[in-house]
Amino acid sequence: MATEKRQRDVAAGRLPPEDYRRNFSDVHPPLDRHQALVEADRCYFCDDAPCMQACPTSIDIPLFIRQIATGNPKGSAETIFKSNILGGICARVCPTETLCEEVCVRNLAEEKPVKIGLLQRYATDSLIDADVQIFQRAAPSGKRVAVVGAGPAGLACAHSLARAGHEVTIYDARPKAGGLNEFGIAAYKAPENFAQREVDYILGIGGIAIETGKELGQDLSLQQLRQDFDAVFLGLGLGAVNALGLGEEAVEGVEDAVVQIAELRQAEDLASLPVGRNVVVVGGGMTAIDIAVQSKLLGAEQVTIVYRRGKAAMGASRYEQELAQVKGVKILHNAMPVAIESDGGVLSGVRFEYTRQSERGALEGTGEVFTLPADVAFKAIGQVSALDPDRLELDCVKGRIVVDEGGKTSLEGIWAGGDCVHGNRGLTVAAVEDGKVAARSIDRALSAAP
Amino acid sequence: MVDIRNDFVGIKSPNPFWLASAPPTDKAYNVVRAFKAGWGGVVWKTLGEDPPIVNVNGPRYGAIHAGDRRLIGFNNIELITDRPLDVNLREIKEVKRDWPDRAMIVSLMVPCEEAAWKKILPLVEDTGADGIELNFGCPHGMSERGMGSAVGQVPDYVEMVARWCKQNTRMPVIVKLTPNITDVRAPARAAKKGGADAVSLINTINSIVGVDLDKMAPEPNTDGKGTHGGYCGPAVKPIALNMVAEIARDPETAGLPISGIGGITDWRDAAEFMALGAGNVQVCTAAMTYGFRIVQDMIEGLKVWMADSGHERLDEVVGKAVPNVTDWQYLNLNYVVKARIDQDLCIKCGRCYAACEDTSHQAITTTKDGARHFEVVDEECVGCNLCVSVCPIENCIAMEELTEGIDPRTGRPIDRGYANWTTHPNNPAAKSAAE
Repeated sequence: MATEKRQRDVAAGRLPPEDYRRNFSDVHPPLDRHQALVEADRCYFCDDAPCMQACPTSIDIPLFIRQIATGNPKGSAETIFKSNILGGICARVCPTETLCEEVCVRNLAEEKPVKIGLLQRYATDSLIDADVQIFQRAAPSGKRVAVVGAGPAGLACAHSLARAGHEVTIYDARPKAGGLNEFGIAAYKAPENFAQREVDYILGIGGIAIETGKELGQDLSLQQLRQDFDAVFLGLGLGAVNALGLGEEAVEGVEDAVVQIAELRQAEDLASLPVGRNVVVVGGGMTAIDIAVQSKLLGAEQVTIVYRRGKAAMGASRYEQELAQVKGVKILHNAMPVAIESDGGVLSGVRFEYTRQSERGALEGTGEVFTLPADVAFKAIGQVSALDPDRLELDCVKGRIVVDEGGKTSLEGIWAGGDCVHGNRGLTVAAVEDGKVAARSIDRALSAAP
Repeated sequence: MVDIRNDFVGIKSPNPFWLASAPPTDKAYNVVRAFKAGWGGVVWKTLGEDPPIVNVNGPRYGAIHAGDRRLIGFNNIELITDRPLDVNLREIKEVKRDWPDRAMIVSLMVPCEEAAWKKILPLVEDTGADGIELNFGCPHGMSERGMGSAVGQVPDYVEMVARWCKQNTRMPVIVKLTPNITDVRAPARAAKKGGADAVSLINTINSIVGVDLDKMAPEPNTDGKGTHGGYCGPAVKPIALNMVAEIARDPETAGLPISGIGGITDWRDAAEFMALGAGNVQVCTAAMTYGFRIVQDMIEGLKVWMADSGHERLDEVVGKAVPNVTDWQYLNLNYVVKARIDQDLCIKCGRCYAACEDTSHQAITTTKDGARHFEVVDEECVGCNLCVSVCPIENCIAMEELTEGIDPRTGRPIDRGYANWTTHPNNPAAKSAAE
């Protein structure tokens, strides 16, 4: 009997055209002026405010909220941008419920924090939309700095250096600047091309050139950069996606979540994107949530996230988990993939085994298995560094660059920050802080140099 | 059984809540709506001589807002009624006829000539109104014409006009006082001397409510120019309470009935005015902010509070707090309090700390065992109440009296005896206890 090759149910245009626009519009609609004033009024202007302490970039949150309340949104944005030039995207993607908003004293008062993220967006949008620059560059220093990677860390570093009067060239392997803001987050978190508008705003200060399509190791060498520039900052991000180790490479239908998210972000027409009827996502972080929710919003029928540990251990915040559930994504906990099921090299399902913690705390299978039918399975179990430490000749731990508190690497004249650095928290806002801190260190070094 | 029926200088109303003479009482339509809503009485918007005055056609009102645009201060430049006298008189008569159980007081403002008052009084009397209120208070517009607060600021005029009115009408006469004066007791004494049955206060306060920074002109403005208006609303309540108390405790005016006015917004405000000596209260801004139905909460709230605190009639409340209003020099300097922060209620905003550390006595600490925690340092706390005032959580910080031991701040033992400034050794004019 001739066996026909299994056809996966993957199709584009599953939804009526208007649904795409609706599904991928702003997940948190911005506050209008009235809403912002009402919300700003809720801030108690705390002393040594817990929210400010919780912010990795130490934005003076009580001050910027007070500036909104007093009718000074421009001053408010300036307060934010002084600490975090990517305050616009951070307002959209920061897990505020585990940072500033988690420690808002209003939680103790009435279990409802001030909407700091949305207020930050209100303030920053007002300036970015009006394209008003608030910082002026210092007198030219005559120094040149190369920044590799145009993601949050690189952009923050470049802006800070440009402000200090240095000339900066940013190189990025991708065709566009923005890093994960442009390629790595769900579309509904930054619609209307916000990531590019923010890049334009940051570059608006002047003194920053961007060269895209230049990859370190391919088109650029660290050696050459060190020769050509007075300092180098590496904000490389992470490259590779962890593998399931189940031979999935040979099976049609198993995909990298980050690749798919990037494609979706760059798609001109969402209706042209193929999406599976049954989608299985393996992982428990923000990327897992982003791909699961977007698959659902593209018209997938069944989308299931399977995470090997319990709810509390998930990398995705509770808010993100709830968002996924509201959008119709099912989340299964305590199960790990044990086999990719396929038919003639074509994915048909993923087999899972329930897990428990052994007495020694290790994760182990219970022996109980189940299979989820799948037209597409996404791997979203974390990214690893794509760096080759030997080629870079930098001190690394687990493929991530080791830096001092100023972002300085083991090599003279080279700084690094963001996800590629050992010990980084993997948040946009933490990458911004790294870039900012490194820029200060670079500026000090360049000012001291003859 | 609580009874909140009010008898004010013989004028009876089902409750002590009257609408003050103001825009809400300018015509029958509004007043009937007010009576339907439950208001005990109204003071009809001030009548004057014909031809009627005219108002500006630009904005008449300005406001001060607290957070979330809660209106806390209000300012107006509207004049007395701009309708013909006979129209008002006819409507007053009709409304009084239809609502006999409600108090109908008519506010009046005519030039400071006996003939003018003699002319208008019988016309008002003919409406069947229960009483008149002499508007010696409006600080804007009419005062430029020698009326309103221009009269109220000269006690001799107050006395003179009150006397004319008493001599020319059987109706009770209430004199409405202006707060735009150094010592409100002087016009109150004058009103009493002139034979007035009562005073009502406060009228509005001279004010510019704000400046339009684009036009560089006061708010509100008409064609680019502004003038001072009369300020009222919750923000003026403390000023009004003090003036009411000043009159209530003045031996020269003791027992003179007072109708309390100034920022009264709820039953508690009303109870406070009455406790300081007001026989009833008049309301305007709260009604203009929320509409007439707020009176339901005023009535019910007052009843519930009276029942809960064992008061059956308004007489039992009126003036109750007056004996406790005194001069600073008689305050007990031996009374010592310390702030106490209820850690279960504290939300750790640190505002008490910021206020105390920056602007007062450095008596609050911010950490305990490395954690954010706010506590009072008795050695530094002077019991000033600033922390209580700035704390966003009601009752989180309270003042606790020290009744024994030593005040850690002064090192002096607590003395429960009474001692005031008049006998204090630091007072150069101190009288010795023997004197």
